[in-house]
Amino acid sequence: MITARSHFFTEEHEMFRAQVRNFVSREITPYIDQWEQEGLFPKSLYRRMGELGFLGIRYPEKYGGSGGDIWMTIAFCEELCRCRALGLPMSVLVHTDMSSTHIARYGTEEQRQQYLVPMIKGEKVCAIAVSEPAAGSDVAGIQTTAVRHGDTYVLNGAKIFITNSVHADVFCVAAKTDKDKGHRGISLFIVERDTPGFRLAKKLQKLGNHSSDTGELVFEEVRIPRHNLIGEEGKGFYYIMANFQDERLIAASLAVGAAQQALEDTLRYTRERRAFGKRLFDHQTVAHRLADMATELEAARQLTYYAADVLQRGGDCSTEVSMAKLFAAEVANRIAYHCLQLHGGYGYIQEFPIERFFRDIRLSPIGGGTSEIMREIIAKRGLDRE
Amino acid sequence: MKILVTVKRVPDPETTIRVKPDGSGIVTDNIKYVINPFDEIAIEEALRIKEKQGQGEVVLVSIGAKVASEQLRTGLAMGADRAILVLCDQELDSLGVARILAKIVEKEAPDLVLMGKQAIDDDANQAGQMLAALLNWPQATFASKVEFMDNYVQVVREVDGGLETVRFPLPGIITTDLRLNEPRYASLPGIMKARKKEIREIAVAELGIDTTPLLTVHKMDPPAKKAAGKKVESVQELVHLLHTEAKVI
Ligand SMILES: Cc1cc2nc3c(=O)[nH]c(=O)nc-3n(C[C@H](O)[C@H](O)[C@H](O)COP(=O)(O)OP(=O)(O)OC[C@H]3O[C@@H](n4cnc5c(N)ncnc54)[C@H](O)[C@@H]3O)c2cc1C
Repeated sequence: MITARSHFFTEEHEMFRAQVRNFVSREITPYIDQWEQEGLFPKSLYRRMGELGFLGIRYPEKYGGSGGDIWMTIAFCEELCRCRALGLPMSVLVHTDMSSTHIARYGTEEQRQQYLVPMIKGEKVCAIAVSEPAAGSDVAGIQTTAVRHGDTYVLNGAKIFITNSVHADVFCVAAKTDKDKGHRGISLFIVERDTPGFRLAKKLQKLGNHSSDTGELVFEEVRIPRHNLIGEEGKGFYYIMANFQDERLIAASLAVGAAQQALEDTLRYTRERRAFGKRLFDHQTVAHRLADMATELEAARQLTYYAADVLQRGGDCSTEVSMAKLFAAEVANRIAYHCLQLHGGYGYIQEFPIERFFRDIRLSPIGGGTSEIMREIIAKRGLDRE
Repeated sequence: MKILVTVKRVPDPETTIRVKPDGSGIVTDNIKYVINPFDEIAIEEALRIKEKQGQGEVVLVSIGAKVASEQLRTGLAMGADRAILVLCDQELDSLGVARILAKIVEKEAPDLVLMGKQAIDDDANQAGQMLAALLNWPQATFASKVEFMDNYVQVVREVDGGLETVRFPLPGIITTDLRLNEPRYASLPGIMKARKKEIREIAVAELGIDTTPLLTVHKMDPPAKKAAGKKVESVQELVHLLHTEAKVI
C-alpha cells in the first residue's frame, strides 16, 4: 500500500525508522509467538534497545538520551507494531514515555542520575501505577495513601492493571498525601521493587497483549525515604494529566501502526486467496471494503500526525490528542473486525496474525483513557466555549 | 590505519523489481534504496578493525547522483568518520568505477580499501579486481575472515568447494563475502552524530579521467515466469517424470 511520505519525517527520521524496522524483523518478530505464549518477553531486550538508543529518544543527551523529537517517537511506535503484536510495544512505551517521563520532567538531579540514566540504558525498567480497583477513569478518586513520618512516607493501598509489573525495577506510584483535597491531594512517588511491604499480588490473564506483563500491586505499610517524592507534594494529578498527552498520542500511533500492518496482511491475503473463480480482491465489495479501510486509516494517521505536530510545537494539545486517540482506536477496531472477516475461518485461527490483532487492538479504546473520557475532554475543553 | 570503504546505492533487495516494457532498464518509481548489502558488510568490517586497533579512520566513498548521500549518511550513522560523494549522472561500467576509485585512492592514500564483492543490482563482481589492477595492489576477494598480523593481512576466502587463506602486505584491497560479519544497526545517537559528519562532494569532471563506458547494457529481460507445479500420485511416477520430462536424472 502506497501513500506519500508525510513531510514531517526528514531523511534522519526515515533512517531511524529503517533501523528500527530492521531490528524488529531480526530480533523481535522471529520470537514474538513464543513470547506471546509465555506471557512475557525477555528483560534483556530492554538492554539491547538501550544500546541502540531506542529508550532515550527524546531524553536529553546529558542522561544518555538522544534529544530527538516526537517524529522519532512516532516512527519508533509505528515500526514496533511491525512485530504483529501490541503487548511488547505497549510495555516498551510505558517504560519510555509513560512512566520514566515523570522522573525526567519533575525529578531531582539525584533521581535522574539514579533512575533515568539506567532506564535509558535499559538496565532498569519503569512502570506507572495510577489505576486502582475502585478508581480508573476517575484518577482523583484513588484511595492509596502516603503519610509522612519524619523522613519517610508510608504507603498503603492497591493498584491494578499495572503494565510491566513483572519486569519493572521502579514504580512511579500515585497516592493521596491529603485525603480531603481530591485531585489536589495526589502526589507521585518512586517505589523500588524490593521495598518491604510492596508486592506483586497477581499477574493478570488478559484477552490480548499477552507479551506484556500486567499485574495487581499491593502496598502494606511500605516505608520509602522522603526524597522519593517526585516533584512537589499535591502536584501528582497535574503531572499525570500533563503526561497523558504523550501517552495518548503514542496510543493513537500504536493503533495506526498495528492497523497498517493488519491491513497490509489482509491486502496480501485477498490478492492470493481465491473464491468463485477469482481472487477475493477481484470481488468488488471486497475491494471497496479495503478502499474504505485504507481511507479511514489514512485519516486516522493524518489526525495523529496533526496532533503530534501541535504537541511538538508546545502549548495545549489536549483536544487534538484526544481526537486522535479516540478516532485511531475506533478506526483500528473497525479495521480489525473487517480484516478478520475478510480472512474467513482462517481469521479466527491463531496461526494467522489477524486473530491476535483483533484481540490486542481491543485495548486501544480503553487503556490510557477510554473513548468516553476522550469525548468528555473534547466536549468540555474543545467545544463548550464561546 | 586509514580504511576506504565503497558504498553503492542499490534497490532494496526486498522490493519487487519490474523491468520496463522496452527492456531498457528497471522501473524505478516507488523503489526503496539501501546500501549494497556487501558494502554494508565492508563498513562493518572497517569499523571493527578500527575499534580493535583503537585508532584509525574510516572513509566512505560513493559514486552517483546526489541522493546517494542518503546511503553515505547511514554509513556515517553506523560509525564511519567521513564520506566522499563523487557526483556523476552518467552511466558507468565497472572500469569507469574503478578509474574513479583509483583517483580517490590517490588523493586519500588509504592503507586498505574494503569493498563489497559485488553490487546486488548488476552483480558485475569486477570493480574490486579492476581497481587492484589499476593500482597494482594485492587483492583478496570474497573474504570471510580478515586478520591483521605484524606486517601483513591474512584473509580467508570463500572459494568453490572450500576455503583459501591468503596473505598480503598493505596497502591492498579486500572484497567482502556474505559470511564475513553481521552489520550493526545505526543507533539513534549514531544517527544524531552523523548529522555533523562531513560528506564532501566532488564532481566527476574534476578528476580529469575518461569514464566513457566500454560496456553498455543492451537489453534487460525479467526472469521467466515459473510454471505451475504438478502433483504426482507415487514415487514411481515422480522418478519417471524426473527422468522423462525434467530430464534431471
Ligand atoms: C492491559 C492494560 C494495561 C494497563 N496499564 C496501566 C498502567 O500501566 N498503569 C495504570 O495506572 N493503569 C493502567 N491501565 C488501566 C487503564 O488506564 C484503565 O483501565 C482505564 O483508565 C479505565 O479505567 P477502569 O478500567 O477503571 O474503567 P472505569 O473508569 O470504571 O470505566 C468503566 C466504563 O465507564 C465509562 N466511564 C467512566 N467514566 C465515565 C464518564 N465520566 N462518562 C462516560 N463514561 C464513563 C468508561 O469509559 C468505561 O467504558 C491498564 C489497563 C489495561 C486493561
